[in-house]
Amino acid sequence: MVHFSAEEKAAITGLWGKVHVEEAGGEALGRLLVVYPWTQRFFDNFGNLSSASAIMGNPKVKAHGKKVLTSFGDAIKNMDNLKGAFAKLSELHCDKLHVDPENFRLLGNVLVIILASHFGKEFTPEVQAAWQKLVAGVATALAHKYH
Amino acid sequence: MVLSPADKTNVKSTWDKIGGHAGEYGGEALERTFASFPTTKTYFPHFDLSHGSAQVKAHGKKVADALTNAVAHIDDLPGAMSALSDLHAYKLRVDPVNFKFLSHCLLVTLACHHPAEFTPAVHASLDKFFSAVSTVLTSKYR
Repeated sequence: MVHFSAEEKAAITGLWGKVHVEEAGGEALGRLLVVYPWTQRFFDNFGNLSSASAIMGNPKVKAHGKKVLTSFGDAIKNMDNLKGAFAKLSELHCDKLHVDPENFRLLGNVLVIILASHFGKEFTPEVQAAWQKLVAGVATALAHKYH
Repeated sequence: MVLSPADKTNVKSTWDKIGGHAGEYGGEALERTFASFPTTKTYFPHFDLSHGSAQVKAHGKKVADALTNAVAHIDDLPGAMSALSDLHAYKLRVDPVNFKFLSHCLLVTLACHHPAEFTPAVHASLDKFFSAVSTVLTSKYR
């Protein structure tokens, strides 16, 4: 089970307070679909995903991105029990959505990259390391109930 | 996975913007890799890996110079990187998983320093480029 030090928690919550969840969520999901086009396989009903600008401007992508990142916010409130916090979502992603957990790792890394672009110098190697631990923990928690 | 003409343009223009900072970014990317993915440190037991290490900076410049050369020969990566490919296969033998960690941290470094240029399309092209370089560097492993 992943354990976060006080410094790591501070690095994470400190940055999270300044994140525009709606905007960042749309950007994260959008970039996932642009950079790793095979991830579009889960979003056949999202309409126009034919170009980078179509994807980034797509209202369904933005809405779903917001949903996903809001849920990520729950992870931050439950850093000491990610597996418990994401148990139900894990079952959903396996049994109903059929999402390969590799996609959680891809999205987590895209999120880290977005934080880097928004926060620049503030996103130091130490801050990045804390966030890498978090996104890895979330990915593992979301995969935990797979069978 | 093939680099399109647009990908090549995106990579070259990014490298132009980086200019003389490439060495510095190489060092930063390495530092980020060691901090976020501690298993990567196992390849550098002979290095001082503390913050500001001269060895890390020098090695970062080496990596950056190799990438700059790759950009200049983007139409023939296997040819341009043949010697480095031999080195990684027969001497260094860095497990292929680690190229993904360094590639990711190179993207993070570029995103930190050049957010305006780091559009989704450029992000995609750079990710593909680092992936192509990684493939060439591990191509002679077995």
